[in-house]
Amino acid sequence: MDFEVISSYIPKYIEAFWLTIRIGWIGIALSIVIGIFTAFVLHFKVPVLSAVSKVYVELFRNTPLLVQLFFIYFALPKIGISVKADTCGAVGLGLLGGSYMSEVFRSGLDGVAASQTESALALGLSKRQLFFYVIFPQALSLSVPGVVANVIFLLKETSVFSAISLMDLMFTAKDLIGLYYNTTEALFLLVVFYIIMLLPVSVLGSIIEKKLVVFGH
Amino acid sequence: MEEILTVKNISKRYEDITVFQDLNLSVKKGEVVVIVGPSGCGKSTFLRCLNALEDIQDGEILLDGEVVNSGNKDLSKIREKIGMVFQSYDLFPHLTVLQNLMLAPTKVKKRDKKEVQKEALELLERVGLLSKKDNYPRQLSGGQKQRVAIVRALIMHPEILLLDEITAALDPEMVKEVLDVVLSLAKEGRTMLIVTHEMQFARAVSDRMIFIDGGKIVEEGAPKEFFENPKTERLKKFLQTFTYGD
Repeated sequence: MDFEVISSYIPKYIEAFWLTIRIGWIGIALSIVIGIFTAFVLHFKVPVLSAVSKVYVELFRNTPLLVQLFFIYFALPKIGISVKADTCGAVGLGLLGGSYMSEVFRSGLDGVAASQTESALALGLSKRQLFFYVIFPQALSLSVPGVVANVIFLLKETSVFSAISLMDLMFTAKDLIGLYYNTTEALFLLVVFYIIMLLPVSVLGSIIEKKLVVFGH
Repeated sequence: MEEILTVKNISKRYEDITVFQDLNLSVKKGEVVVIVGPSGCGKSTFLRCLNALEDIQDGEILLDGEVVNSGNKDLSKIREKIGMVFQSYDLFPHLTVLQNLMLAPTKVKKRDKKEVQKEALELLERVGLLSKKDNYPRQLSGGQKQRVAIVRALIMHPEILLLDEITAALDPEMVKEVLDVVLSLAKEGRTMLIVTHEMQFARAVSDRMIFIDGGKIVEEGAPKEFFENPKTERLKKFLQTFTYGD
């Protein structure tokens, strides 16, 4: 391995790293919002919206991200909706992630004991107070392990962004290999940067999970 | 004395099963009424109907003259006046002991936080759990959890307390610490309606005993009469199941 090559590649990877992080986290934030909303709608069986959510979840859970991105990036412009590549990446990731997050939050909501509802109602809490002070916080903490797993999964899924010509880590590596044939160095840096991106998430995730054990889950 | 709770001819049915039929009961201010009966006789369901956790098919429940009904818009206002403690404690696991106590008074009654906290600490001290105020429920024993649950109901200043087999899930050595708290509440004149299987406790705490079997009130009376001279065969038999030997 040639360390001079590596050090000359690093700035390119750093640039790609930030792009991946930026789009990745926007997508993940979006997925959490979508996930919580659809889980709420599904758990409380809100008419119409819950049927729409169900279709959405099944549609996006059962198609690959690559196909979804192609659809948003190449098919939508045909009907007059053109989307910039980075918006497309974030939205695609958000939609895919939303369908996974939805299942996690829904099982979190389902996991809160029914007796919690009763004891809260017996204290005179309104349905709204019951949800925000009793059900939701518990559902969230039950959801944490699943959310962390999904965040890691989604950050890894960003590697398909290269297919819609986003200069992410994967794209950078492929690009450099194509230009200079320094395959080993390029792939080595690719692994290193993915680990730099994901390891803190795993570590942070297990710290949060340990904290949650303290309050009952 | 004034009646706090009046139950008129209430019935509870699920599809084709009748849990109880035409039950009547009135509880006066300061009275402690204990309901006993075999498992599955409907006594817990009866208690749960009283704050509309279960709906009733016939009859009427009045608390302080107001109708308790799941269709009532002011249901949560009425529930504030009815404290309930459950067999499985049902503390909020994501909140500390102090937060468990403060949630309803501050959010439902919108009382001042400092004032509520002061009261919560006093009540915790009274039940011997002041040192646990910052612990989470899972760090407490069953008996401690149940004492917190009692305080959580008390701090809402309910007109009446409903205790639903509050010692049934406890290890024997923890039963007493919980029942002592209830006894002290009875002494200070709290109105309580208690469902329990602890006969000695029932006798010590009650002003009036009620025996429910097969969805009906079979016998009721003062505790001394009730335990020493049961009139009905069914109550005699029921009480015998709690004695050993002969």
